[in-house]
Amino acid sequence: MKFERRLLLRERGSGVFEKLWQIPWVFVLLLCAVAGVGYVALYSAGGGAPDPYAGRHAIRFGFGLVMMLSIALVDIRLIARFAWVGYAMGVGLLVLVALHGQVGKGAQRWIDIGPVQLQPSELMKIMLVVALASWFHKASWERIGNPLFLIPPIIAVLIPAALIFKQPNLGTSLITLMIGGAVFFAAGVRLWKFAILVGAVAIAAPIVYENLHDYQRARITTFLDPESDPLGAGYNIIQSKIALGSGGFWGKGFLQGTQGHLNFLPEKQTDFIFTMLAEEFGLVGGLSVLGLLASVIAFGFLVALRSRHQFGRLLAVGLATNYFLYVFVNIAMVTGSIPVGGVPLPLISHGGSAMITVMIGFGLLMSAHVHRDADLGADRGET
Amino acid sequence: MSRKQREEERVRGIFGRRALLLGAGQMGLLGFLAHRLHTLQVDEGERYATLAEENRLSARLLAPPRGRVLDREGRVVAGNQLNWRALLVAEQTSDVSATLETLTKIIPLTDAERARIEREVRRRRRFVPVVVREFLSWEEMARIELNAPDLPGISVDVGTTRVYAEGEHLAHIVGYVAPPAERDMDGDPLLELPGIRVGRAGIERHHDRTLRGRAGAVQLEVNAVGRVIRELDRREGVQGQDVQLSVDAELQKSIRGKIEEGTSVVLMDARNGELLAMATQPSFDPNVFNSGVSAAQWREWTANRATPLINKATNGLYAPGSTFKMVVALAGLEARAVTSGERVTCPGYMDLGDTRFHCWHRPGHGGVDMRTALKLSCDVYFYELAKRVGMDRIAAMGRRFGLGVPLEIELPGTRAGLMPTREWRQAQGRPWALGDTVVHGIGQGFYQLTPLSLATMTARLATGRAVQPHLTRAIGGRPVRGTRAEDWPSLGIPDRDLRLVREAMWAVVNEQGGTARAARLPAEIGTMAGKTGTTQVRRVSREQRERGFRVDQMPREWRPHALFVAFAPVENPVFAVSVVVEHGTSGSGAAAPLARDVLVEAFQRLRPGQGGPAARVAEAPRSPIPPVRP
Repeated sequence: MKFERRLLLRERGSGVFEKLWQIPWVFVLLLCAVAGVGYVALYSAGGGAPDPYAGRHAIRFGFGLVMMLSIALVDIRLIARFAWVGYAMGVGLLVLVALHGQVGKGAQRWIDIGPVQLQPSELMKIMLVVALASWFHKASWERIGNPLFLIPPIIAVLIPAALIFKQPNLGTSLITLMIGGAVFFAAGVRLWKFAILVGAVAIAAPIVYENLHDYQRARITTFLDPESDPLGAGYNIIQSKIALGSGGFWGKGFLQGTQGHLNFLPEKQTDFIFTMLAEEFGLVGGLSVLGLLASVIAFGFLVALRSRHQFGRLLAVGLATNYFLYVFVNIAMVTGSIPVGGVPLPLISHGGSAMITVMIGFGLLMSAHVHRDADLGADRGET
Repeated sequence: MSRKQREEERVRGIFGRRALLLGAGQMGLLGFLAHRLHTLQVDEGERYATLAEENRLSARLLAPPRGRVLDREGRVVAGNQLNWRALLVAEQTSDVSATLETLTKIIPLTDAERARIEREVRRRRRFVPVVVREFLSWEEMARIELNAPDLPGISVDVGTTRVYAEGEHLAHIVGYVAPPAERDMDGDPLLELPGIRVGRAGIERHHDRTLRGRAGAVQLEVNAVGRVIRELDRREGVQGQDVQLSVDAELQKSIRGKIEEGTSVVLMDARNGELLAMATQPSFDPNVFNSGVSAAQWREWTANRATPLINKATNGLYAPGSTFKMVVALAGLEARAVTSGERVTCPGYMDLGDTRFHCWHRPGHGGVDMRTALKLSCDVYFYELAKRVGMDRIAAMGRRFGLGVPLEIELPGTRAGLMPTREWRQAQGRPWALGDTVVHGIGQGFYQLTPLSLATMTARLATGRAVQPHLTRAIGGRPVRGTRAEDWPSLGIPDRDLRLVREAMWAVVNEQGGTARAARLPAEIGTMAGKTGTTQVRRVSREQRERGFRVDQMPREWRPHALFVAFAPVENPVFAVSVVVEHGTSGSGAAAPLARDVLVEAFQRLRPGQGGPAARVAEAPRSPIPPVRP
């Protein structure tokens, strides 16, 4: 009975039209809604005009949508097979950017590929999730308990994290580590190993702090007391809190946000786009957007739970966590809850690199959904 | 197969738990963010809303024009003049120094000026105008406008500056304005405006708040760099009110033309204390303070022994000499130490112990009653009277006449002077001898009185009321004080005493033998009553006296000061005047004629009473005040 169903389902997922039918259109609509929120916010940030942000945002999203749906149709087994190739390419790009990358915002983060500027660190996170999912796909419970089995994936996490840290981009480096950690956790790595890790971090943190760039240290110090430097590094945090707080419950109304429009709010179209929204639409708007974003993340977990193969599960959890970390770090940053880290709010804030990479990730997530019943050969290795 | 399946189930079970844990953790963190949003937007929302308004709003003050100072006839003595300034807005030019280079060819700028401009440009934001040059002439302005295309960033705008039309003539009364110093900051936001001036002396200082007005404000919306986006609200300020003085500027000017260095003239409306003129020499140009006094100018003023910055009419201190004798006479009458008819024999001196006090008239006046003693200014009579009355009662009477007490004049820093008493002297640790009383009976000694207080004394003698000298006639067109004598309280001195003294003062000027007979008014103008005074600056030694010295052979700075006080017309006093001529040698010779000239001019210009003084038939002089019967 069960066997028959699997056969049936596999059959169902083979044709292109059948696959299109399997695409989670509700999720696509959800993403369109998030991008729509982004359009509204960027329209306001552009001073009440589609130029210069909102229009480009829409075009980019359209492009991303096509790419995402194309990826969704790619067979998950193909993705699993080329997981490490993708990982190697990601690391290659990071090395390339370290050698030839453009210097922007005090860091080498960007690389020019034709007309598009790409941030390899964003892409790397996706590639890392795919690679880790494929590593743990076949692992049995016993095997995961074997420390030697964990060494290769740990190295696979540390290489990109170190490269990104060297750029230097502390925030993304930490996020990369956290995504890796999430996949490790979901895969079933023993909890006491995480405890050891936490202890090691506690010891290493002061040493790392010593080696931080001045601007990174400044961010941490001003985080602890932003008011200490109201015109300098703390300015962003204070202004963001003022703009947010002054929005109140109902907000000041669309295009009526004074702080954003009078440029008190820095980088309002990128990192502080959520502040702009919350100023104009108040707590009501802020919570609605937060709810929308939570739904996107929750959908990722739903896909993970419904997948019938470990690769799809870990892939979905890793990608959902990737998006969650963007959302959490960004909003925590603009509400003055964690240090300013230059993390955008993909699909809402202006900037192509994060949006495209996130949508590549969602494409993979959808592929996992479409091919949730695919047989990837669950050889647990011990037999 | 079944084992494989079991293994599969186990992995799936572990994953399911872990994924739920992870997902729940993430949702929990998002919940924390929701809570954080609530805290910021609802709990602390109002606080942030206030901060946002502070961010957004910028109030700019609008300086109201400073009120003018007018003279009695409404002539503007302190007004506002348009001040054309050249401004530089750095953001409108690509090269500040090139613009300044071009400008220097049109209006020469000194290196110091250029350094200041470049410093201000660096310090301020690029859209804030910096003053390049103030007080542009029409020609300079025209040249700037003509070359405007070559002067990017330079613009001409207009502010106001204080201008004193009468210059030095009213400087001691009107005072002057200057940029506010730290100590002037009294919380008025107006004072923080660039280019604002505050009153530093005289009326400008006394009525500073009235003249200054209240600042208006525009509420502007500004962006993060401070550029104005739009005007939200405008509140017009309260214009500074005009202050009208009682002084007649033309009369003042004319009087100042008559007097020499070291002379003070105070002309007062005896009925109400309004000062009609208060002239001293030398003076200074108050316009200089507006743009800043140079160090050289300041040194010149402060090094000048004639003290041009000090108003000698209010701050010069003199012994009153014989002009004080009316006060002694009234003190004697009040204390019943003497009757008006009692005669005192003057042999030309009075001996007290082994000290001999001389009368100014060496041969002596013989037997004199009070009227004659005043008329002839007999010293011995007043030596005797002072001895009987005592210094304390004399001083008390003097204070009632405004001598040695603070007067309510609107000139900050005016000195009260000193009315010596035994107590005062003893406080200095020195004894008060009877000889001191005797000397003080003729107005010599420790007195330190201002010409202003002597004029006040004369006005009070003429009216019997405690008139206070003042300068403000109206503020914003509304009169400030009662203009009638009845508005002032009575001195409480019996009318017959006052009439006796007034009548004697009439005799001083108008009767044969009076000390100021030569200075009487022309008959067609009216009559005045007065009293001469001459105060020694240096003691005359016995040997000098015996050698028959003459004061006009002394060096000028040793010669006595000449004083004269008078009121007119006698029947119905309108004017009270005091004249002090430093080193003028003799009251009758130097001060009285000047007082006459001042009064003649006052009558001609101010025409007291309806239709001016009536022409009168020249006859033998007869006192208009009925003689007091003893």
